[in-house]
Amino acid sequence: MKEELTHKQNFLKGIIRENPVFVLLLGLCPTLGVTTSAINGMGMGLATLFVLMMSNLVISLVRNVIPQKVRIPSFIVIIASFVTVVDLVMAGYLPALHEQLGLFIPLIVVNCIVLGRAEAFASRHSLLSSMIDGLGMGVGFTFALTLLGSIRELLGNLSIFGIKLADNDGMILFILAPGAFIVLAFIIAVFEWRKNSHVN
Amino acid sequence: MESMESYLVIVVSAIFINNIVLSRFLGICPFLGVSRSITTAVGMGGAVLFVMTVATLVTFLLHHFLLIPLGITYLQTVAYILIIAFLVQVVEIVLKKVSPDLYQALGVFLPLITTNCAILGVAILVIQQDFTLMESVVFAISNALGFTLAIVLFSSLRGQLERSELPPAMKGVPAALIIAGILSMAFMGFAGLV
Repeated sequence: MKEELTHKQNFLKGIIRENPVFVLLLGLCPTLGVTTSAINGMGMGLATLFVLMMSNLVISLVRNVIPQKVRIPSFIVIIASFVTVVDLVMAGYLPALHEQLGLFIPLIVVNCIVLGRAEAFASRHSLLSSMIDGLGMGVGFTFALTLLGSIRELLGNLSIFGIKLADNDGMILFILAPGAFIVLAFIIAVFEWRKNSHVN
Repeated sequence: MESMESYLVIVVSAIFINNIVLSRFLGICPFLGVSRSITTAVGMGGAVLFVMTVATLVTFLLHHFLLIPLGITYLQTVAYILIIAFLVQVVEIVLKKVSPDLYQALGVFLPLITTNCAILGVAILVIQQDFTLMESVVFAISNALGFTLAIVLFSSLRGQLERSELPPAMKGVPAALIIAGILSMAFMGFAGLV
């Protein structure tokens, strides 16, 4: 049972074993859309982490007050409020990043990970474990986006976190749309391969 | 005639150049999830066409006649997602009464659409790009057609894939993503068309 997991296990499961992107395959739209560079991926990951943690916290607090029938709309309103907070804060303090991520910030609302964790975890667990779950999943998501962004930036632009490693041009394809699909395909394949070799 | 031309530009760029799935990366979840057979792909496309057009129309009116006059545009995200969730419910109930046949065909896909980011994405894009009402509707319809085109093409490619031998780790999603990448590359050929 989930409840029997220690806090440490609860936190760690989101990072590799139940990684939201590479294993659960949730939230693929922002994953593919914003990871043109490591910084963008990380920014998006951290924004989602904040929303995940705060919405898990609030939902866990009010889980006994909300009637069963209206729980999904209520969750969505709570999530949308935190997304608006992130949107406004980012527009104020990090305008350049906000510009880059653009449409995908408001779209955190419809990120399946956030609603999925709210429904599957926060609505039936205590405050502390819900927060840890949100944190773990958020860190896993940030890790996934940063990894994808770094690989694409490295192959496409021969730089990492904006630091140029060589003067040549990279393979532009990896920064463009097709590169996102192809790099993600190979990362998921590595995770599958790892899973298969554990079974045998 | 000039307006006719601008509509044509919107249609072509939404379907081919900035294809909503392959270039803007919206609606990936249904794209990977429901694209196992051509029939379901067409059904999903139909449902998206319907909901996207209505949702864009309603959120456009909401934005210009409620949010802007009241000065509460920061509530955009909250308001839009509620409207879309509500709308999907209404469409489902109305369709069930009015046209049971169409409901039979689209029924399974409707609840899935609330969490389809393409719907919310198009509703927000329309506002960001300052389209007029007519342009918004055209934009919504062409994006829905672009979505349908991508998902139908993808499902037919995926049918072929199931019969080929692959390394175990590449089976399923990784292979499908590579196909999507190649499809996306093909669509890049349309860049510069307009």
